[in-house]
Amino acid sequence: MSEVLVLVDHVDGDVRKTTAEMLTAARRIGEPSAVFVGQGYAAAKEDLARFGAAKVYLAEDAVYTDHLVAPVAELLADLVGRTSPAAVLVASTNDAKEVAGRLAIKTGSGVITDAVDIATGDAGLRVTKSVFAGSYTVAAQVGTGTPIITVKPNSIPAEESAATPAEETVTTEVSEAARAARVTSRTAKEKSGRPSLTEAAIVVSGGRGTGGDFGPVEAFADVLGAAVGASRAAVDAGWYPHSHQVGQTGVSVSPQLYIAAGISGAIQHRAGMQTAKTIVAVNKDAEAPIFELVDFGVVGDLFTILPQATDKVQQNKG
Amino acid sequence: MNIVVCVKYVPDAQGDRGFESDRTTDREGVDGLLSELDEYAVEEALKIVEAGEGEVTVLTVGPDDAATAIKKSLQMGAHKGVHVLDDAIAGSDAVGTSLVLAEAVRKCGDVDLVLTGLASTDGVMSVVPAMLAERLGLPQVTFASELTVDGGHVSIRRDNEAFSETVEADLPAVVSVTDQINEPRYPSFKGIMAAKKKPVETWSLADLGLDASQVGLDAAWARVEDTQARPPREAGEVVTDEGQGGEALADFLAGRRLA
Ligand SMILES: Cc1cc2nc3c(=O)[nH]c(=O)nc-3n(C[C@H](O)[C@H](O)[C@H](O)COP(=O)(O)OP(=O)(O)OC[C@H]3O[C@@H](n4cnc5c(N)ncnc54)[C@H](O)[C@@H]3O)c2cc1C
Ligand SMILES: Nc1ncnc2c1ncn2[C@@H]1O[C@H](COP(=O)(O)O)[C@@H](O)[C@H]1O
Repeated sequence: MSEVLVLVDHVDGDVRKTTAEMLTAARRIGEPSAVFVGQGYAAAKEDLARFGAAKVYLAEDAVYTDHLVAPVAELLADLVGRTSPAAVLVASTNDAKEVAGRLAIKTGSGVITDAVDIATGDAGLRVTKSVFAGSYTVAAQVGTGTPIITVKPNSIPAEESAATPAEETVTTEVSEAARAARVTSRTAKEKSGRPSLTEAAIVVSGGRGTGGDFGPVEAFADVLGAAVGASRAAVDAGWYPHSHQVGQTGVSVSPQLYIAAGISGAIQHRAGMQTAKTIVAVNKDAEAPIFELVDFGVVGDLFTILPQATDKVQQNKG
Repeated sequence: MNIVVCVKYVPDAQGDRGFESDRTTDREGVDGLLSELDEYAVEEALKIVEAGEGEVTVLTVGPDDAATAIKKSLQMGAHKGVHVLDDAIAGSDAVGTSLVLAEAVRKCGDVDLVLTGLASTDGVMSVVPAMLAERLGLPQVTFASELTVDGGHVSIRRDNEAFSETVEADLPAVVSVTDQINEPRYPSFKGIMAAKKKPVETWSLADLGLDASQVGLDAAWARVEDTQARPPREAGEVVTDEGQGGEALADFLAGRRLA
């Protein structure tokens, strides 16, 4: 069976859920080989084994993380040359998408971004993605080279399948050109203690309607075990950090449940949340476009509705 | 300082976007415009030359109507435009587009900085800038939410979910900018009048030394096989709060086993 290269999405060895999802998808089309770049493999090892990595390529040299994107693309190009994989899967993060772009040019391969499903079709892999702010679903195929696919988080349910991966340390000659962009500082963001936005099963977002008070949004999120998101209007006003922005120029989320509070539902916001399974909105304007999308909506003031809902959910929990 | 800004002409997201019979993006049936996200790149280029000296060239690869993207950029203050126009380009994927852009940037001559938006609002791939850097053999300094250029050197702030990074490189470089970086200006009346006299060159594939077989739908390395309009969401239940709205919401979630 052909190898399928999976670029591990992790932060210092803390493996993100997308990696398990990619390994699951990789098992459908071949034998998953995880490519682990950076520090922290000891912490990641167990997760990679649990989700079926048959092999792990380890690239721990600092050259891969001290420079932007290009060295990792060279590493993967080298592995593609050596292993002729059935596909290369990477997460749909900014960094990994750019690795995919460079890898495509280096290896003469087509690239498909933001896959929500991958299956073997009659003529190669059939990749499903959602386009035009969720208004269309398309199936795409790579016709040239090795299919390079970026996988959207929270789309392919992860399934365990224990394996004992063979480990191989890889080093590549990283070219001077690939070292040209230097990462000169890296500051970790403060952790909120809540689930990460792209991985969370539930997201509660606040918009301009919060008037800057995210208290009720956060309280509701906490009782639901949810991540907190924000509209661009709320971010631009300085009420919530940009890393929480949902939408075209923020993160794109696909949770089981998305709750929009005090958000009108502009097309750029929809682009980042329209693939959520269930959508709920609270807005005091009955005409707000967000209500066109909802499974359930409440017209009214979020400052009374959210606290009441929070209490009721708390009570139901007993 | 010579800056080339890559700008794309895209179907308006407010319109009814869809596909042609060959499953390429419909660029005729919906009004198009300069991709909003590329306005940030034009603005940043203008700020750089206004603070020092230099010239801003806007470059677009697209159909006849893509001239409107150049026009808007010139109205904002860019100095000249280049429109790569060739029927053979229609249906190109990111790989093909980046090839044409790379050859066009080369033809522009001595370029210090290639600026792009963070994504095109139709394809939303965010891969063209990286592909362009790869093809041109230039450093890639992308997703800039802050940018400083001085003394032949560029430095940016790049954010992701876990980190905030500083990335630096020597010029020339390919830099993409986010919508956090600035507030794009509106064209002034003076700008609109001045734009009419600014030079716009139109280049064909042959002008770039490229062959029709290298681009377009037939040469695309990845292609769409099937498209389906997503079924409209079933109109959900919307209740008006008369004191029990929050409880109704909690009950709905309980009913769906979501809370
Ligand atoms: C290039 C570009 C990129 C963009 N990218 C994004 C993006 O990634 N994400 C994004 O979100 N936006 C994005 N936008 C902005 C988008 O167009 C909207 O401006 C934005 O989403 C509006 O945010 P909002 O819904 O919070 O604010 P508004 O549209 O002002 O809506 C506020 C809503 O709150 C309601 N409200 C007010 N008070 C209350 C209350 N007490 N209780 C209940 N409801 C109340 C109002 O009825 C209203 O519907 C982008 C725009 C551009 C041009
Ligand atoms: N056809 C095009 N003409 C000019 N610039 C483009 C074109 N396509 C993409 N770009 C540039 O590349 C950026 C990223 O595009 P994409 O990778 O398609 O999301 C855009 O913001 C533009 O700056």
